[in-house]
Amino acid sequence: MPHRTFFWFILPSLLAMFLFIAMPIVSVVIQSIFVEPEQVVVTTQTCDPFGCTDQTQVDAEATAKVRAQYPLGRFNGLGTYLDRNHLAAADVAEAWASSDSPGAFWAKLMNLSFYRALAFTLTYTFVVTPFVLVLGLAVALGVNMLPGVLKGPTIFVSLLPMIVTPLIGSLILFWMIDSRGIIGASLQTLLNDPGLSLKASPTLTWITLIIYGIWHNLPFAFIVFYAGLQTVPSETLEAAIVDGANRWERVRYVVVPYIAPLVVFVLLIQFMDNFRVFEPIVGFSAQANASSLSYYIYNDLSGTNRQFNSAAATSILTIIGVGILLAPVLIRTWRDFNRKRA
Amino acid sequence: MSVLRKALMGAAFVALSGSAAMAGCGVTAGNVKLLGNDFAAIHDVADAAATCAGDGVTFSSNLTSEHDKLGVPALTADPAQYTTVHVTASTIVPLLGGGLIRPLDDLVAKYGQGLKKTQLIMVDGKVMAIAFMANAQHLFYRKDILDQAGVEPPKTYEDVLAAAKAIRDKGLMQYPFALNTKVGWNLGEEFVNMYLGEGGSFFKQGTAEVAINNETGVKTLNMLKDLVAYSDPDFLTFDSNATSKLWESGNLALATLWGSRAAGLLDDTGSTPEVVSNTVLAGAPTVGGGTIPASTLWWDGFAIAKNITDADAEASFAAMVHGLSPDNIKAHNDDAVWLAEGYTPTPAAAGVTATAQAGAKPYPMLPYMGLLHTALGDNLAGFLQGSESAEQALADVEAAYTSAAKDAGFLK
Repeated sequence: MPHRTFFWFILPSLLAMFLFIAMPIVSVVIQSIFVEPEQVVVTTQTCDPFGCTDQTQVDAEATAKVRAQYPLGRFNGLGTYLDRNHLAAADVAEAWASSDSPGAFWAKLMNLSFYRALAFTLTYTFVVTPFVLVLGLAVALGVNMLPGVLKGPTIFVSLLPMIVTPLIGSLILFWMIDSRGIIGASLQTLLNDPGLSLKASPTLTWITLIIYGIWHNLPFAFIVFYAGLQTVPSETLEAAIVDGANRWERVRYVVVPYIAPLVVFVLLIQFMDNFRVFEPIVGFSAQANASSLSYYIYNDLSGTNRQFNSAAATSILTIIGVGILLAPVLIRTWRDFNRKRA
Repeated sequence: MSVLRKALMGAAFVALSGSAAMAGCGVTAGNVKLLGNDFAAIHDVADAAATCAGDGVTFSSNLTSEHDKLGVPALTADPAQYTTVHVTASTIVPLLGGGLIRPLDDLVAKYGQGLKKTQLIMVDGKVMAIAFMANAQHLFYRKDILDQAGVEPPKTYEDVLAAAKAIRDKGLMQYPFALNTKVGWNLGEEFVNMYLGEGGSFFKQGTAEVAINNETGVKTLNMLKDLVAYSDPDFLTFDSNATSKLWESGNLALATLWGSRAAGLLDDTGSTPEVVSNTVLAGAPTVGGGTIPASTLWWDGFAIAKNITDADAEASFAAMVHGLSPDNIKAHNDDAVWLAEGYTPTPAAAGVTATAQAGAKPYPMLPYMGLLHTALGDNLAGFLQGSESAEQALADVEAAYTSAAKDAGFLK
């Protein structure tokens, strides 16, 4: 395709990407390096149904004047990124200097809410993703073996976890794992531990969220792999059988290499999806034991005082995190592409 | 009361008062757009205000539990997207700070003859909002269980602990107590209540500098920890809906719950007659030898947007005042602890009234209180789970708040 044609061909997409991806990111970057202008406060008498008191209030007029002068707010540079509620540069340095063992340093790091959120996000991503890949392939291989009449219904049932809205799915499970719910009560009876609660201990909450994540994401990997399996050439498989390969060897040396590009595709999507885990934390009310970067952003934007600069800084850090996660896979794909072209 | 009966009564009420209402509103032009929370009392007011529509007046409303997130952006727009908003001691603060709501003195003079003086929310000598109902967390207890355990109704949180212990020791219930301890806003609110009950103050006098990492703060946290030892281990997921269900299912003997939930717990749906007939509402307990209840008083009211025409403001104010007419309050007497004329206190109001009369403090209407509330809600779970010391938890709260308050321009 001539470059000129190519340019006109992708112009609409480029335009849309510029408007809906590039511009918002620029806006978020700007918001993250500015903080609110100084508030002018005055003490005034405030009366409500329960009596009158002298209370501090923001002087709306004076503050509006300051705002008009600095519409973006005060320039803060990387201040928000390095403050205690984000990367906490000073606190981490202090923790490093004052800890005599990696364990003590880790404990101090986990006391910082941003690192707590980051730790769960990374654990979730790196546990859920491989499970989804392996189990998704296993389910796809299994369904592929079924006789034709059973395939349709099985595929439908296998897709259900993905069809359920994440928030609803997690809310239903939240009530099922309640100590009075069917799963929670059954576990208590089975393990003979009446005090067992999946919601109370951090470890069990993490495991619950991770199992939910695998359950919810599995159908996506399954359906992509299942589609891929339909294109595996039967001649190669038959040749492998003639060569005496057992079922495992056929999967390992014929099927997997053949659908490798799909595996990379699912891996990329899963990394991105799992890194922005959010709904299960809300659905399972798991905020006490687990928090993620996305939840951290949401938390800054709810409540009566919304902290745009803080949410923006976490958003940018999330984008950087996704970039780091995807970099190895993208570099590999780029190399493969160049090799094929050469 | 069944939902159906409520709906029928509401419909009948609207039908009966419809024609008379139009004359009663006293305005002939303007748009009324209401933004509010979503619970029975708000619907009562909104439904009655809606009868002012017609004859050049339009009415629309958006009643949603997400109202607090919409208020500031919607009223910052010019013209504002809503003419009147439902506010509380906490949600009015950013609206005041942004200069987004207008003084109501002239409108009160013209349309507000029926309002009580206590309903006027005054800031710096100007009326900024009209309150219509009061709310507070207070004690609910089960008479029958306390009798079986042989304990008197608690007056202090120390009594609550003793009663809960007696109930557990007698084998009546393993987890007899609950309060709204879900991580986030709810848990923050419990700290605020208990800390004020202990006689603490949140900030250094006259500044935005936080001062909770002290003896009072530690005592507050220890009391909360002692209390949740008698709560189900899932206590960090308990919001108002969860604790109400626990109460209705008869799994609790003592609980600190919102007064606005009382009507729902005392009606004959969702529970057994045994639980309902034995549910007693009492004022919030005191704590640590303090004299005031460990609870905060809240009011719900409405304010009028600044960035709208005077005609719209007038119509909105008149319609909302019409929504608070004594007839309407009488018709929905049971739905809230109304502050407006026409209200006769009911058993469901006993707890809030007792708490207010015992001198509980109002929720602090400070511009930086929201930031502290968020920091409290996010940083106390570790201590309650036993993985952190009280001092460390309070230091974390202070550090998180200080960082946020600097960004918000309250601290240097």
